[in-house]
Amino acid sequence: MTDRTATYYRIATQIEPFNKKGVELTEGTTFASDLEWDSLTVMDFVAAIEDEFDIIITMNMQAEIETVGQLVATVEKLTA
Amino acid sequence: MTDLFSKFDALIGEREALLSHGVRDPYALVMESVKSPTVAMCNGKETILLGTYNYMGMTFDPDVLEAGKAALDNFGSGTTGSRVLNGTYAGHRDCEEALKEFYGMDHAMVFSTGYQANLGIISTMAGKEDYIILDTDSHASIYDGCALGNAQIVAFRHNDVEALEKRLKRLPPEAGKLVILEGVYSMLGDIAPLKEMVAVSKAAGAMVLVDEAHSMGFIGENGRGVAEAAGVLDDVDFIIGTFSKSVGTVGGFCVSNHPKFEVLRLVCRPYVFTASLPPSVVATAATSIRKLMHAGNKRAHLWENSKRLHQGLRDLGFSLGTPEAQSGIIAVIMTDMLKGAQMWQALLERGLYVNLARPPATPAGMTLLRCSLCAEHTAEQVTEILGIFEAAGKDVGVI
Repeated sequence: MTDRTATYYRIATQIEPFNKKGVELTEGTTFASDLEWDSLTVMDFVAAIEDEFDIIITMNMQAEIETVGQLVATVEKLTA
Repeated sequence: MTDLFSKFDALIGEREALLSHGVRDPYALVMESVKSPTVAMCNGKETILLGTYNYMGMTFDPDVLEAGKAALDNFGSGTTGSRVLNGTYAGHRDCEEALKEFYGMDHAMVFSTGYQANLGIISTMAGKEDYIILDTDSHASIYDGCALGNAQIVAFRHNDVEALEKRLKRLPPEAGKLVILEGVYSMLGDIAPLKEMVAVSKAAGAMVLVDEAHSMGFIGENGRGVAEAAGVLDDVDFIIGTFSKSVGTVGGFCVSNHPKFEVLRLVCRPYVFTASLPPSVVATAATSIRKLMHAGNKRAHLWENSKRLHQGLRDLGFSLGTPEAQSGIIAVIMTDMLKGAQMWQALLERGLYVNLARPPATPAGMTLLRCSLCAEHTAEQVTEILGIFEAAGKDVGVI
């Protein structure tokens, strides 16, 4: 398993408790339209990801992240 | 061609659906006349006001009114100019002196509204390389201050000291940091654990800004706010406040002990590029602020009112935003917007006005009936308020 794949699975695990509708996850899954998360869910999820990887995802960065794949890329960059 | 208004269609639909249930529009109330800080005429009916920010009841104080009238006569109706050009009169300086006396601080800067004070200080103090660390439940003016500037924004879970500390530790040690907190969070009326939060912020080398909009005049021995009550006022770099709550007029301010503070008058755009407050407004504000310094008895009575209303509503079976009275705000949690609007109307028809608050202003998508008490509410009025809540609650079927 590559590092990127490992990051993807760690993120997928964090998404699970917030994935109330059981949407199937891919790199292209979007947080707003596919998972239908509101801003409050996003805040809680971001906090969970930050604690999981011991990083900070600023609100400026969050504005650029729409898909699971983009989040994986951001986390990869921040933990490199 | 796209109608630029189409983005509001969902909101327009929601509003129409609500009004189709026969409830009055909760955001279109008109007060036909105002009799005192606690009573007004609404829809021809005498109504107890339990949804204003007139915590200390200063709006009809005879000394305050006298000062305003004298300023109108002596200085005219407005300044027609910016603070940095022709808009600073003797009254503006005196108002800043009153704030310095009130807080025991070296510098004070008066803005035209509290919203603009947050907008100005936040957007100016934190630059592109700096970090702003804020509570997720921060007021809109704090978020808008962040949006006006270009700092890196980091949010932490509401009132969670550990979440704040963890995030501060993850930031580059050398980076500039501004932690933004509020004394009282205005939707639920809960207070921040400022003692712990200021300590972890200072340990991380951050500057701290505390918005005391809803606590000034009331909380703390001298009414300086939650930071005073928590014993950390000396460690706070910026206190932001407003004249539109306990002070009883309109305007905003920032006080600080920082030796370079005065430079902000030249670089803070929401201070420079707007007209200054009218002379009558700063005169009423200065008079009110000086009277609030010695208002210990009023503070004690307001605490009594708040504690009694909180206990009474709990006894009636209402669900409240805080386990005990923590401020002048008591939030009654409603199950949804329709029930909230029906209850709001039932209260109004019985002669009681409260605030109906809904998302995005409220946290966690809640619908709230927000009650804010006044030091001028009598014990009899509090009894009457509880009676109205009981009757309306049973009518609407929420208790």
